[in-house]
Amino acid sequence: MTALLGTEIVLGASMPKGYTPLALQDPDPFKMFGKDPQMVVLNSKPWNMEAQAHLLDDKITPAKFMFIRNNGLIPENIDIDKWNLTIDGESVQEEKTYSLSELKSKFKRYSYQLTLECGGNGRSEFDPPAKGNQWTIGAVSSAVWTGVRLRDVLEDAGIKSDAVYIGYHAADSHLSRDPEKEPISRGAPMAKALQDETLLAFEMNGEDIPLANGYPLRLVAGGWPASVSGKWINRISIRNKVHDGTKMTGTAYRVPCNPVAPGEKVKDEDMCIIESMPVKSLITYPKTGAKIAEGKKLKIRGHAWAGELEVSKMEFSIDFGATWQNCSLEKPANRLAWQHFASSISFPKKGYYEVWARATDAQGRAQPMLLPGWNPKGYLNNACHRIAVKVV
Amino acid sequence: MDENTNLPEQIKAVYRSLFAFLIAFCIIAIGLITYIKNPNLFNNDSKSAETESEYVAIPQDDDFDKIENGIHVRTGFVEAEGLMETVNNCTNCHSSELVLQNRMSKERWIATIRWMQETQNLWDLGGNEAIIVDYLVTNYPVIAKGRRSALTDIQWYELED
Repeated sequence: MTALLGTEIVLGASMPKGYTPLALQDPDPFKMFGKDPQMVVLNSKPWNMEAQAHLLDDKITPAKFMFIRNNGLIPENIDIDKWNLTIDGESVQEEKTYSLSELKSKFKRYSYQLTLECGGNGRSEFDPPAKGNQWTIGAVSSAVWTGVRLRDVLEDAGIKSDAVYIGYHAADSHLSRDPEKEPISRGAPMAKALQDETLLAFEMNGEDIPLANGYPLRLVAGGWPASVSGKWINRISIRNKVHDGTKMTGTAYRVPCNPVAPGEKVKDEDMCIIESMPVKSLITYPKTGAKIAEGKKLKIRGHAWAGELEVSKMEFSIDFGATWQNCSLEKPANRLAWQHFASSISFPKKGYYEVWARATDAQGRAQPMLLPGWNPKGYLNNACHRIAVKVV
Repeated sequence: MDENTNLPEQIKAVYRSLFAFLIAFCIIAIGLITYIKNPNLFNNDSKSAETESEYVAIPQDDDFDKIENGIHVRTGFVEAEGLMETVNNCTNCHSSELVLQNRMSKERWIATIRWMQETQNLWDLGGNEAIIVDYLVTNYPVIAKGRRSALTDIQWYELED
């Protein structure tokens, strides 16, 4: 086996017989995770994979086009009959543990379409570059999630009046396989935890959640950085202070409280936790690079979302922002679901064009055409999406 | 007389068998020494090696660190000074893709190494640290992108209705 791997297997003697190291398992990540082969692998350890704009054309994102963002190693040998969720913490009235079947039978089920976007989606465009997976535009999805309300479960255990935050703990392993370390343990303030749409989900689009997306149980907190929506959840702590788990501190999922110049050093105490994601949109049809005949109209469509808010206006420009025209815009299926836009474009003459899309949220904030404020880890890039078109 | 004439023949026969025995002894001795030095040489089944030692020897096939067109095939790193130090220290916990995606200055790579040492169980890199950082900043330099890049690598296609 070592010959096959070509490297030493540390503590190989204690490796169980019949165990195949991950490196020797099915090397095709698309088959392994049930993803479309047009998805783009950014990182194989830990697994990180994103969609391309045209793959996200469905109104409800199917599993095969949903991005994968992992901080650690996916849990192995999950036994759902033994899967428990414990509610504990300084501010729980009574620590309680629920089996998966108890959760499903004891509490009412709800389904919502919820938009999840990685806080670092668009990181690849920042200058100077920001450290981490270089997401382009495809770390976003809007699937239908089914589960129980986190609020119902927290209230069943009892929430003390001094509760401030919830913090999740999960079954994934740290990259170093150090059992003392958690790859990620984030959370949300009580107000977000208690929202109707914040779910402990066990189904996605009416089926079991795919393994890489959090099977058998995950949090879904739509509109916030997707890292709040912890995967493979087995414990939630009701905290009497802001949760201080892994990736809640330092530069992780935090941005400068006050704007800084590109590349500027920012002290830890001057960084603030990201909450609602900013307004953003994607042109999902046509795929960039379309050539059309002169005189023909080009139909475009896509989605727009705005964190906790609704999108109130959607526009496109074919002259680099000199003029903007309105798109039709649908209402969301429910709060925190992305909205669909469409339009039909006439081009004045032959040539190279870019179609730029710009969404505006209910508070009048629009997407910038240039990169928004630089931050050390390259979060919150909501600059306008654009596609290239040639009229021939 | 017959006995006298036969005597040298018998001595010769004894010498021949002694000589053959000596050669056989030498072959066995060389074999044993080689085996003691490298117990895996005669054993393709490396499972026995795993059970003998916690840190298993590294029988690598010739292609393991193959370089093709200046690229280290297994990791995608470019062949240059510091390649193997980078491969051996920076692809154990995470994939090489994570390194290859990133472009950082010397100062920021060192800060990243410190962060990995503080939170991710990365070991002290000793003298390799400077070699690795030099390899990364030399071969994967920061490219200025400005506030918005032009669209590149567009694959043009005829849009059907």
